[in-house]
Amino acid sequence: MKNFNFKSATNSKEASKLASGRATFLAGGMSLLPAMKLRLAAYTDLINIKKIKTLSGIKVSSKSLRIGATTTHSLVSNSKEVGKSIPSLAVLADGIGDPQVRNRGTIGGSIANNDPAADYPSACLALNATIHTSKRKISADKFFKGMFETDLKKGELIESVEFEIPEKSAYAKYPNPASRYAVVGVYVAKLKNEVRVAVTGAASCVFRSKELEASLSNNFSASVIDSINISAKGLNSDIHASAEYRAHIIKVMAKKAVSSC
Amino acid sequence: MANLVGSKVERKEDKRFLTGKGQYTADINLVHQTYACFVRSPHARAKINKIDIAKASSAPGVVKILTGDDLAKDKIGGLIAGWKIVSQDGKDMKVPPHPPLAKDSVNYVGDHVAIVIAETLEQAKNAAELVNVSYKIQKAVVKTEDAMNSDAIYEGIDRNLCFDFLLGDKGKTDEALSKADKVVKLDLINNRLIPNAMEPRASIGDYNPSSEQLTLYTTNQNPHLTRLVLSAFNAIAPEHKFRVVAPDVGGGFGSKIYPYAEDAVVAWASKKIERPVKWVAERSESFLSDCHGRDHITHVELGIKNDGKMTALKVETIANIGAYASLFATVTPTYLYAPLVIGLYDIPVASCNVKAVFTNTAPVDAYRGAGRPEAAFLIERIVTEGAKEIGMDQAEFRKKNFINKFPHQQCLIHNIDSGDYAAHLDKALEVGDYKNFENRRTQSAKKGKLRGIGFSTYIEACGIAPSAVVMSIGAGVGLWESAEVRFNATGNVSVFTGAHSHGQGHETTFAQIVGDRLGVAIENIDVIHGDTDKGPFGMGTYGSRSLAVGGTAIAKACDKIIEKGKKVAAHMLEGKPEDIEFKAGEFVLKNSNKKKTIGEIAFACYLPGQYGEIKSPLPTGVEPGLKETAFYDPVNFSFPAGTHICEVEVDQDTGETKVAKYTAVDDFGTIINPMIVEGQVYGGLAQGIGQALYENGHYDESGQLTTASYMDYTMPRADNFPQFKLDFTTTPATSNPLGAKGCGEAGAIAAPPAVMNAVIDAVGTDVSMPATAEKVWNALKKKGTKKVAA
Repeated sequence: MKNFNFKSATNSKEASKLASGRATFLAGGMSLLPAMKLRLAAYTDLINIKKIKTLSGIKVSSKSLRIGATTTHSLVSNSKEVGKSIPSLAVLADGIGDPQVRNRGTIGGSIANNDPAADYPSACLALNATIHTSKRKISADKFFKGMFETDLKKGELIESVEFEIPEKSAYAKYPNPASRYAVVGVYVAKLKNEVRVAVTGAASCVFRSKELEASLSNNFSASVIDSINISAKGLNSDIHASAEYRAHIIKVMAKKAVSSC
Repeated sequence: MANLVGSKVERKEDKRFLTGKGQYTADINLVHQTYACFVRSPHARAKINKIDIAKASSAPGVVKILTGDDLAKDKIGGLIAGWKIVSQDGKDMKVPPHPPLAKDSVNYVGDHVAIVIAETLEQAKNAAELVNVSYKIQKAVVKTEDAMNSDAIYEGIDRNLCFDFLLGDKGKTDEALSKADKVVKLDLINNRLIPNAMEPRASIGDYNPSSEQLTLYTTNQNPHLTRLVLSAFNAIAPEHKFRVVAPDVGGGFGSKIYPYAEDAVVAWASKKIERPVKWVAERSESFLSDCHGRDHITHVELGIKNDGKMTALKVETIANIGAYASLFATVTPTYLYAPLVIGLYDIPVASCNVKAVFTNTAPVDAYRGAGRPEAAFLIERIVTEGAKEIGMDQAEFRKKNFINKFPHQQCLIHNIDSGDYAAHLDKALEVGDYKNFENRRTQSAKKGKLRGIGFSTYIEACGIAPSAVVMSIGAGVGLWESAEVRFNATGNVSVFTGAHSHGQGHETTFAQIVGDRLGVAIENIDVIHGDTDKGPFGMGTYGSRSLAVGGTAIAKACDKIIEKGKKVAAHMLEGKPEDIEFKAGEFVLKNSNKKKTIGEIAFACYLPGQYGEIKSPLPTGVEPGLKETAFYDPVNFSFPAGTHICEVEVDQDTGETKVAKYTAVDDFGTIINPMIVEGQVYGGLAQGIGQALYENGHYDESGQLTTASYMDYTMPRADNFPQFKLDFTTTPATSNPLGAKGCGEAGAIAAPPAVMNAVIDAVGTDVSMPATAEKVWNALKKKGTKKVAA
């Protein structure tokens, strides 16, 4: 790891101000630090945001669940509020990495990194989330732009993620046997006004499956999934899974998710 | 004194390992130490035009940067292949030079180009990024099957062929196959594995300019051999001025048998800069540059008579040995492999042809089982297909063909001293509840899962090895073992062994042998290994040899102690040595109540005379001291064998395979510590199942290792396994007085065919290793298997 300056901010304004030049925010560091250790990434400044108290915590209202950016995965998975309002989100958080990662890793860090095989981005898309930042609100549909790419601007800090509370929802993940990241993860949500299905792991960026959403909107049952044709076009093909296999697994995971709703 | 041999004595070494007090090479820090980072090749194959170190040399903290030119100037030799194989045309194998730092070309990704030495590790790494190497990239030879049809990587090595080896009579085998009622044929791939010891490799060179003594601390399975090779072939330092220490080592699995380029370079560099040089591999470096294992392509044919008797076996193998011929790389796919392709069956004629090829990949060498897993895989796969072809039950077909008289001279090389193969097969059928398998298959089908069963009745040749035999077939060294048993004056015992423990629990097992033999409490025995300055020259640990060979040397040294003790006791008890009996730590004069404990005898040996009240004279002509050395050269290999039965469940939707039940019944001869043996079997099974279902070292077309981290290389984890069911049968080895056969590699040898036979039984069509979910899904799809109803 190359040397860097370590700075702590006490509020988001200060954090944004400190983030000039080759700087980045440090929350749990579960992706950032390994990348730096491997010398795949180097920064002059790391801005610690874990001391900003307002960024951590879980708030629930009748319509939405809001999770602070630096809330750890283990807090989410063990939260009674999450368990009651969106139990599938607790299940998702409980399936990220291992206990050490879950005790350090944060929801804000996960979506800001936008790893194509990360779990949280699928929850954001499926649960029609709003990303609250230090500058604005961004809908999940506009937030995830591409591989490791988001709509965040330089110095813009995620403050919280607000999920719509669905009528029912479930997440099914087919993990890579090596890394246990998602080869395919499918998040299915029956919201008040729509059915959303988000797929992670399968392509260069999390996406919504129009085919699955259309069918499940008509009939929210696992049986309709058999007759859906999921195209392998545009899906990842690598040593772990071909595009064709991923397309098949999207259906298997979608069925599993709908069945467990 | 309780019987230590045969009991589950807790491991003496575990306290320090489990409390973080182990002393591994990376834990050692020396005064004025410097830190090394290796510049490695990013290309699979390239000529080096120029290495520009100017910018890097002036970077902060840099002490020295050395390249292949510096090595050549100092006349430091290359790494050697330790076993000469002769091709069937009578010509010697061909091996390319293997300089520890590349001279003109690099030949795999991770190949060593330069060493950057600095005051801190970060400075070394920063400077290494500034070393500017100009490469002329060449087309890499990557795939095993393509190697012989590709451009020659090295001048003078046509078709990239290291050797074309033949064991057995091919003509007679072909003839017997032509007369067989049925001939079963299979094409098999034995996938490349990356060893992944828990502790990455590390080395520290420490030259003392005052004594002119060079010390190398290194993660190694046989420090004496490392010293010998680095002295004799690399000219790093003369043997008497060179100490190699392999302290606590966290797993080897074969990958730490050999001295590596890094060992030679840090030792040499330390001499040059007269300061300690420390290098510790990062995990990525381990993936790239530890020797890999397996990587065979094999065609096999088995002849069978209609009555179910096997008549002939023919094997054609291409073995990928990577970019260079590593120390044991040439013996692994030949003499450790070919004699065992006929397994534990009485097959009258067989031949095994092995073509070893060079490719632009990491060198391939011995990895847990070394040749024997590859042999067991092919014979157990084809025997399984043979039983299906002939329409016999898997167990019956095997039994009909088992060797059942001992000693048995097999048609290839080995003379198998002992065994009872029907005994472990029968026990496995019982322990594994074979008779109710169909019920379990029905139960799985109710869950929508396909269940399959697979057998593996394996044999291995261990206790490596009789020196005269191995040296007559190309070994560069004899494979005996040494021991020294040193009684201290106060009655406790220091035992020095030439074997090396890196997880096997020698400090306990060997102490159990000594404790029983000499009647000394186990807490008063210390087993010392891993330091060339302490014990006598030894040959290290690999090939499940430590107990059968090293343990026997220890037992022999103990017997010498007793012999000397008898002379001393006779003198003290006023009898004749032949009238002294030694039992449970006491020397007793026959037909009398006179006796001396071994502690009293030791005391007398060190204090021969009057000491206060104690009078302890030595007989005339007997030297003081009580310390004996023994060297043991085995008379034969030992032959562990066993039956493993695996049951798998396959998910039809995803193709995911889970091991549902695993039964292993092994015959390791006499067992010293059943708990340690069970641990060895567990570890071996994890690696064997890993090979069958998960692990695969994969290079892309350009020769980049695409599985160079745990993100991509699937190491099996605890939740991939069921509770294994273990049991044992015992036929003692006749080739060593302990009756021990060896247990370290069995799991890794037996498991891959057991698992794959089960997968193929479930799926109903061939699948190659590793049987990943997608492969199995594709096989199911291709076969159009009707789904079992959930």
